[in-house]
Amino acid sequence: MIRILLLALTLFIPQASAAEENFITLASTTSTRDSGLFETILPLFSKSSGITVRVVAVGTGQAIKLAQNGDADVLLVHHRKSEEAFVEEGFGVKRYDVMYNDFVIVGPTRDPAATSQTQDVVSALSKIAAAKIPFLSRGDDSGTNKKERALWKAANIDTGKASGSWYRETGSGMGATLNTAAAMNGYTMTDRGTWLAFRNRGDLKILVEGDKRLLNPYAVMLVNPERHPHVKAAAGQTFIDWLVSPAGQAAIADFKINGEPLFKANAQ
Amino acid sequence: MNDFSDSFSAALILVARGDADLLEIVGLSLGVSITAVALATLIGMPLGAATALYKFPGRKTLSVILNALMGLPPVVVGLIVYLLLSRVGPFGVFGLLFTPSAMIIAQTILIVPIIAALSRQIVEDLWSEYREQLLSLGASPLRCMLTLIWDGRFSLLTAVLAGFGRASAEVGAVMIVGGNIDHVTRVMTTAIALEVSKGNLALALGLGIILITLSLAINAAAFMLKETSVRGRA
Amino acid sequence: MNTETILPLSLDHLSFQIDGKKLIDNLSHRFNAGPRTIILGPNGAGKSLLLRLCHGLLEPTAGSVDWHGDPARKQAMVFQRPVMLRRTVAANVDYALSLKGIDRRTCAERTSKVLERTGLAHLAHTPARVLSFGEQQKLALARAWALKPHVLFLDEPTASLDPAATHAIEDVIDAIHNSGTRIIMTTHDLAQAKRLADDVLFIHRGELLESATADSFFSRPVSPQARAFLEGQLLWQDAPET
Repeated sequence: MIRILLLALTLFIPQASAAEENFITLASTTSTRDSGLFETILPLFSKSSGITVRVVAVGTGQAIKLAQNGDADVLLVHHRKSEEAFVEEGFGVKRYDVMYNDFVIVGPTRDPAATSQTQDVVSALSKIAAAKIPFLSRGDDSGTNKKERALWKAANIDTGKASGSWYRETGSGMGATLNTAAAMNGYTMTDRGTWLAFRNRGDLKILVEGDKRLLNPYAVMLVNPERHPHVKAAAGQTFIDWLVSPAGQAAIADFKINGEPLFKANAQ
Repeated sequence: MNDFSDSFSAALILVARGDADLLEIVGLSLGVSITAVALATLIGMPLGAATALYKFPGRKTLSVILNALMGLPPVVVGLIVYLLLSRVGPFGVFGLLFTPSAMIIAQTILIVPIIAALSRQIVEDLWSEYREQLLSLGASPLRCMLTLIWDGRFSLLTAVLAGFGRASAEVGAVMIVGGNIDHVTRVMTTAIALEVSKGNLALALGLGIILITLSLAINAAAFMLKETSVRGRA
Repeated sequence: MNTETILPLSLDHLSFQIDGKKLIDNLSHRFNAGPRTIILGPNGAGKSLLLRLCHGLLEPTAGSVDWHGDPARKQAMVFQRPVMLRRTVAANVDYALSLKGIDRRTCAERTSKVLERTGLAHLAHTPARVLSFGEQQKLALARAWALKPHVLFLDEPTASLDPAATHAIEDVIDAIHNSGTRIIMTTHDLAQAKRLADDVLFIHRGELLESATADSFFSRPVSPQARAFLEGQLLWQDAPET
C-alpha cells in the first residue's frame, strides 16, 4: 500500500522538477504540427535560449480556448479575425505576423469536376458543387475550415443544405479528413504543409493552387499576463521575439519537405 | 493489405532497434495506467466491497449508478477533468494540466466504477456463501470485508485487469488532459492517433500491435502469478 | 472450561415470523449444562430457524434468548453444508482462532492438536476446498472445537453424507461432548437421534410439542404428531392433525 502511494508520488515529482525545467506551453494547430515544422525549428530555439517549448496541438477553436483560459502561454494560429478578436478582448497582448503558406485543393487524379482547368478557386468550387462530386470538409470551425467556408460563401453556394449529400463534414482534423478524402476519392481543401507531410494520399493530387484567396497566414500572440498572472510572460515573449527575429525567420524559411520550402516567413 | 504487412515490419523494426522514442512512450503509458489502476483499486475495491456488505440508504441506487458508470465515455471524462484542472477551473492553481498527473487523475476516475462494480458483484456472491459462517465465528464487519477480498482475490484480480485494459486502451481522456505533448504526455494511444492523422497508417498499426502485445504480456504474467500461487498452496 | 459457563440458555416465549407467517411460535425452553440435546422434527418444522435464533444469527420477532453472561465467542455452530475458506485446512482453523484474539503460538498449538484429534493432520497443508464433503465437515467441526466453545450448535451436520462419513462425524461429535462442550443438534434422521440423544426436543410447525429424555420420548411419545413421526409417517406442514 505504501509502495503504491510512493509510486504515485513519483509521478508528481516530475511536476516539481518541471518548475525548474524552463518551459512554456504553446497552443497551436494540428495543421502546423502535422507539417513537421515544430520538430525542426523548436530545438533551434531551445538550444539558444534554454527554454523548452511544449506544444499542445489541437483544432484552432480549441487552441484559442486554451489560450483564453490561460492554459497556454503563447498562441500560434492561422485565422486573422479570431486573432484580432483575441487581442481586442484582452486575452492576448499583441499580434505578430510570423509566416504564411497556402491552401490547395486536392482531388482524384482524373478530376471529374474539371477543376484543374482553372486557377480560380471560387470557380473550381462552383464546378465541384455543380457536378456534385464528394467534397470533404473538416467541419470543425478550425482556421482551415473557416477559410474554406468563406470561399464557398464567395461562390454563393449554400453548403449547409448540401451537407450529408456531396458536401461531407468530418468534424475532424486535417489528417483524418485527408484519410477520408483518399478513401472516398473526393475533393478537399488542405494546407500545403499537412499535404506535403501526408503519407496516405491514395489517388489524390493537388489540382488547384496559387489563387491569392488561398493564402494562409499565421500569427503568434502572448497570452495576456494581466488576465492570467501565472502566464510565463518573459519566456513567452522571448519565444515570440525569436520567431520574428532574423534567426527564427531563417529557420522557418529553411524548413523544407522533399526539398520544397513550406512556409514563407513574413514577420515585420 | 500492404498496410498490414508493412505494420508488422514497422513494429518489429521499432522493437528490434530499441527505438528510444518508443521506449519513452511505452514507459509513460505503463506508468500512467498502472498508477491509475493502483489508485482506482485502492478507492474502488473497498467501495465495491462495502456496497456489497453493508446496508445503507441508497445502496441499491449506488449499485445501479456504479454499473452505469462503467460505460463512462473517456472523452467526456477527459473534458470534465480538463474543466476542473484548467487555469480558470477550481483546481487550476495546481498547474496539473498537460502533465502525466492529469492523465493519471482522468484514468483513475474512468476506471474506479469498473473496479467498484465488479468488486461489488464478486464480494456479494462470496458473501452469500460465507455470511452465516463468518458471523458465527464472530468476525467484525471490517474483518469480513478483508476476508472476502482475500478469499476472492483471483476473481478480483480479473476486475483489476479489466480496469487496466480500459485504462491502457483509451485515448479520449489522455488526449484532452495530456495534450499529447512530445516527450511529456505522449502515450501509446495518442501516438497512434497522431500517426493516423499524419497518414502513417502502417506505423500507427505497428504501434497498435506493440500495444496489444504489451497487454497480452501483462495478462499472461497475471495468469502465471495465479497459477504458481495456487500450486504453491497445495 | 476455565471461564464461567454461559449456560443455562433460556428461551422465553420465543417467536419468529416473516410476512405474518409464524415460523417459530411461542417457544419456551431451558437448556442446562450436561446432556446432548437432539432437536427432532419433520422438514420445515423450524429446527434450523430455532438453532439460528439461539446462536444469534437471527433476531426473534417476539420473546427472548437469554444466556447466562456474555455468549460472545463461547458458542459455535456447524452448518449442514460446510463453508470452507479458500485456504489450507490448517489456515481455516487458524482463522477462527485469530478472530478470538488468541496469540500466534497458542493458535498453532491448538490447530495441530485439533487436527490430530479429528484425523485431519495429514491434510493440514491441503487446500480445504479439495477435500471430500465428509472431510470438509470434519474440518468444520475441528474449527469449531478449536474455539473451545461452551455450546456447539449443529444443524443437520450429516444430512448430506454417506453412512461411513456420518459415522466419522458422530465420533467427532462424541469426542467434543466428552471434552465438556454442550451439544445441541438438529436432525430428521431417527436412527441418528436414537444413537446420540440424551434429551429430545420435538418441534412441529414452529411449536415445541415435546421435551423429554431420549428413553422416554422414543418409548412413550406423548403427542400424536410425535407418534406418527416415530412410526415413519411423513408429517407434511399442512397435514390434518390425527
